[in-house]
Amino acid sequence: MSNFKIILSITRIHLLTRFKQTSIAALGVTFGIGTFIILVSFMTGLNSLLDGLVLNRTPHVRVYNEIKPSSKQAIEFANEYAEAFHVIHSIKPKLSQTRIHNALPMINAFLADERVKGISPQCAAQVFYLAGSLELNGRITGINVEEEVGLFNFQEYVVEGKPEDLIKTSNGVLLGAGIAKKMSLHLGDRIQVNSSSGGRFALKIVGIFQSGLAEIDDVQSYVNLRTAQTFLGEGKDYISDINIKLWDMEEAPSMAKEIEAQFNVSAIDIKTANAQFDTGTSIRNLITYAVSITLLVVAGFGIYNILNMLIYEKMNDIAILKATGFSGRDVQWIFLSQAFIIGLIGGILGLLLGFVVSVMIDNTPFVTDALPTITTYPIDYNPMYYIIGIVFALSSTFFAGYLPAKKAKNIDPVDIIRGQ
Amino acid sequence: MKKLVLQTKKVNKYFKNPLPFHVLKDISMHVEEGEFVSIMGKSGCGKSTLLYILSTMDTDYEGDLFLDGQKLNGLNGEELAAIRNEKIGFVFQFHYLLAEFTVLENVMLPAKKLGKKSEKEILVDAMDTLRLLGIEEQAHKKASMISGGQKQRVAIARALINHPKIIMGDEPTGNLDSKNADNVFNIFKKLSDERGLSFLVVTHDEDFAKKTDRIISMGDGIIEE
Repeated sequence: MSNFKIILSITRIHLLTRFKQTSIAALGVTFGIGTFIILVSFMTGLNSLLDGLVLNRTPHVRVYNEIKPSSKQAIEFANEYAEAFHVIHSIKPKLSQTRIHNALPMINAFLADERVKGISPQCAAQVFYLAGSLELNGRITGINVEEEVGLFNFQEYVVEGKPEDLIKTSNGVLLGAGIAKKMSLHLGDRIQVNSSSGGRFALKIVGIFQSGLAEIDDVQSYVNLRTAQTFLGEGKDYISDINIKLWDMEEAPSMAKEIEAQFNVSAIDIKTANAQFDTGTSIRNLITYAVSITLLVVAGFGIYNILNMLIYEKMNDIAILKATGFSGRDVQWIFLSQAFIIGLIGGILGLLLGFVVSVMIDNTPFVTDALPTITTYPIDYNPMYYIIGIVFALSSTFFAGYLPAKKAKNIDPVDIIRGQ
Repeated sequence: MKKLVLQTKKVNKYFKNPLPFHVLKDISMHVEEGEFVSIMGKSGCGKSTLLYILSTMDTDYEGDLFLDGQKLNGLNGEELAAIRNEKIGFVFQFHYLLAEFTVLENVMLPAKKLGKKSEKEILVDAMDTLRLLGIEEQAHKKASMISGGQKQRVAIARALINHPKIIMGDEPTGNLDSKNADNVFNIFKKLSDERGLSFLVVTHDEDFAKKTDRIISMGDGIIEE
């Protein structure tokens, strides 16, 4: 223990008498770690923002009834042609209802499943928004507001009014921002809507909805589930989509397959529907780590260089220390601890630098129509990145210091003393 | 016969580079307790090589080496470093102080490494030793800021701090003017007489050698006596 204290006191004097070189070496680490923190915080902040843009409001599994041709055509049921090659012309989709058959029992079954966090039934209806003699094509979805807010952060996209107002107003509507702009409508105004079956309804605008994706905002509006069902002249069991949110997103693909097999409906999982987001995220992460590691390697070479020079300058000191009873290992520790201290100080300063710049980025205004709820650049302050950062700093400086320290360990004092 | 502090039996040493060369041939010698021995010889006769083997820093030799009754060949680097620290003091031709440390820190360092005394006791010891050598006023100066004669005395103080069995010198007066050289000899002599310290000094300086208890003359790798 006392041995360690002497080694540290020698280290301290070596570092302090070469304050300039020490600082430059530490600054290299600071710069590397700082950049790593900034890059990784900003990149992952951006990633989760972009993921959130789509993934947060995307159900993990969406269950719906797809209009498609029968997968097993009539001829395939005929036993006498079982071995034959079938050629069928003009296949048409099978006539069936657009709603999900037996939706309410199915919902109960999903709710009983322990993997499921929650479900939100929807009822979509094609409509025309009426503006004088003009009819604008559109789509109104009946939703259960509480479920949508709770599961899919629906409130983030309601830029005026509150989604909860929809519950209180049975003929209320959350109008798409694009439609509101086209028709010069504001909160509290009324809008006439024609349903595809011919009925005409007057709706009161209780909120404006903006997703950030223009093609959605130009057609989509939301009403209560019951209102949408009334539009279509259907009963309470008319459900066109069931959106499922799971506790663990990774289970979505297997869950979708299960549902398809069990209930004879179509189910699409988030991974299949949004494969490009996963890819984008992992590539951005890869770039972040590649750039950071490169910076740290450069910083490491700086430290290696400075310690190497230091050892050449300190040949005499090394010889004296060895002659007066310090072992090779003691000398090795003197130089290793120098590398370690440079790494520690540089690393901590780097974390501070990274944090300060992250805070600055976090407070930089960033306004875009595409992201209505975002006002500043996104930053992810995950403490894990700071832990990774300091571990990076210490390990890279350790490796940079290891070779020079080993060299110092093996210096023969006799060579130095006789060489003079 | 007095107790032997240092003894060698048939030490042989070969240089391999650049050409194979038998530099020490069957060297058997000894230093008694309290004896002041000098080694003389021409350049290249192997006297410094012998000294570095005796100092335990050079381990590449054949034969046996005893210090204070303990056999040293075969010990590992850590053990030899500990023995150097405790039992051997060195004074070199060049002063070999840690330039960035103060005089006092330089003197205290081997004792701190030994770790047998508290920091305060070491400080008192170091100041006493510096006073003995007449350089206590320099204690808090940087080692690089004092004169050559003073540096050599600091080196002697450092060699003394752990109360070694033997002090070895490689031309300790070689780089000093005659006044400072006499000074160093007188210090050695005094320590030898008063404290019973053993000295083994390699030197070119005949005046210096004549004043020692015994001269070992070397020529071409053998002891001539």
